[in-house]
Amino acid sequence: MPVAEAIILTIITASIPLLLAALGELVAERSGVLNLGVEGMMIMGAVSGFAVSYSTGSPLLGLVAAMAAGAAMAALFGFLTLVLVANQVATGLALTLLGLGLSGLIGVPFAGVSGPRVANVHIPVLSDLPFFGPILFSQDPVVYLAIALVFGVSWFLFRTRAGLVLRAVGDNHASAHALGYSVIRVRFLAVLFGGACAGLGGAYLSIVYTAQWLENMTAGRGWIALALVVFATWLPMRLAIGGLLFGAVGILQLHAQAFGIGIPSQFLLSLPYLTTIVVLVIISRNQALMRSNTPACLGRSFVPDR
Amino acid sequence: MRIELIRRPERSTTMAFLSPLLAIVLTVVVGFFIFAAIGVDPFRGLYVYFVEPLTTDWSIQELIVKAIPIILIAVGLALCYLSNNWNIGAEGQFTAGAIAGSALPILLPDVQNFATLPLMLLMGIAGGMLYAAIPALLKIRFGTNEILTSLMLVYVSLLFLDWIVRGPWRNPQGYGFPGSVDFSDAATIPILVEGSRLHLGLVLVIVAVLAAWFLLRRTITGFEISVLGQAPRAGAFAGFSRTRMILLTFMISGGLAGLAGISEVAGPVGKLDVVISPGYGFTAIIVAFLGRLNPIAILVAGFVLALTYIGGEAAQITLGLSSKTANVFQGMLLFFVLACDSFILYRIRFVSKPRAQPSGIANASG
Repeated sequence: MPVAEAIILTIITASIPLLLAALGELVAERSGVLNLGVEGMMIMGAVSGFAVSYSTGSPLLGLVAAMAAGAAMAALFGFLTLVLVANQVATGLALTLLGLGLSGLIGVPFAGVSGPRVANVHIPVLSDLPFFGPILFSQDPVVYLAIALVFGVSWFLFRTRAGLVLRAVGDNHASAHALGYSVIRVRFLAVLFGGACAGLGGAYLSIVYTAQWLENMTAGRGWIALALVVFATWLPMRLAIGGLLFGAVGILQLHAQAFGIGIPSQFLLSLPYLTTIVVLVIISRNQALMRSNTPACLGRSFVPDR
Repeated sequence: MRIELIRRPERSTTMAFLSPLLAIVLTVVVGFFIFAAIGVDPFRGLYVYFVEPLTTDWSIQELIVKAIPIILIAVGLALCYLSNNWNIGAEGQFTAGAIAGSALPILLPDVQNFATLPLMLLMGIAGGMLYAAIPALLKIRFGTNEILTSLMLVYVSLLFLDWIVRGPWRNPQGYGFPGSVDFSDAATIPILVEGSRLHLGLVLVIVAVLAAWFLLRRTITGFEISVLGQAPRAGAFAGFSRTRMILLTFMISGGLAGLAGISEVAGPVGKLDVVISPGYGFTAIIVAFLGRLNPIAILVAGFVLALTYIGGEAAQITLGLSSKTANVFQGMLLFFVLACDSFILYRIRFVSKPRAQPSGIANASG
């Protein structure tokens, strides 16, 4: 395979965990909930997914378990922030701290073992196309799922009635409530979806990408996913571009290390984090762009008054 | 059955006092079940974790030594959070302070006099402040979200530390192991009581707690912090500067985190090493909330969280549990604190009958 194709392939797979987690968070934020616990939900997805995949020999069951684990963590967050109206920022941090701890505890028996691998799916005819064939049509199943999800979420948010309600709840919860919509229920569902996506993103790392469990293996990807949502100004299609950009930074960093270009590896490793900061600054400078898409009720609690 | 929150006519002072205690009790209760689930005798587990560390002089000293950096950081964070500025990168500012302060004993090891340590502490404070200034200035100038930037800088600082102690600042006589030279006596925090491990940091903690309390309760700046935090619009009308407050609270919290960092490497650690903190910067966030952002209560909360570290180490050695057990207890504690805090402002009511169907619009739209 030519070098360019190989590099693009690795960029796509590196971007999938970020893209999935960010997509879920985007839906939650569109409903007005800021869940800073993405990292915690991802790592729980990674460990639960690997545990089930390794124990049952079925990566598919592992991915399902990871989504359930992510959603369970999200339910905890939802109960605190939506039912008990706890502070969203603090609760999100608690979710991350708990997830990092709990995953370490659960993962002890699974350190250093290899799980079953996931085979790529070659779509007949199309995968034989030059260049685009290997890049787009012979990926692992989760890549196809992620791409479908990007279009699905975009369609749901902007082309369906339920999506309109979800955005209304995020933009003006008092009005949505006055119209008779259950703000809490809509937000809870959005948060659960976010958790399932984050869990899947984490499991992609432990089941598909590496087929092993390592402590703290998400390495801040949950936080980068949060930044990605801001970068995409809450639009799913832009999220895909942002995901590829960050995937590319991660891969370039790896290649630069491999070629040993004389820059200490620690500096290269900090590139994704520094890029995140730079990108956030560039996006937030453009106030008009930010204001037109930021959900107006983002991070604000809602207590229905009867 | 549904749960409904009913706003109390006024803030419940009883619950404000009880909620942290309730949170601790709930954490211990759930801990009981976690121990049972992972096959440890729950009574023995809880004893090893929460009681045994309080039974010997040595471990009580250890508890205080661990609480010092946590409380120093948490006091600063409380000021930040009260003003609605979310600095969650204290771990990075801690690291920046440790690196900045260590520059003196590492680069100029022959400078050993009465001024060495004070200078190091000041450099540590400056390091933490400068590092905290990055997210603060980005927030002021570009409106960039400080939560994400301050956290990203944690990763950057830890990688930088890793590089510097393996590269330029590595001890040449260290047989190739990472880590700087051991600090001289003049560059080490003095011990308070001969033969113990209690160091000057304890005094710094008490000064910081009292100063923060005074700032909040007795000065106009403290008033501005609470007003801008609780009612930003009212604060703006009163002519309080939001910009000034972002900078001020980030400087204070960064400076204190930097001070904690240099006190740690010039004290218990004794040199600049690859790992200088088991996550104090994040634990301090929990302490700030457990202490309900009140400096005096944070002093107490700091010891509770220090106990989770000491207990975690004991559980690791005696019971063979993962070092992550401490993080689980810490995360749970923060969850319960936040949940219990709801009852300060709200009463809970269980509604068994479903609410009457809302009118036409909702039904039509499903």
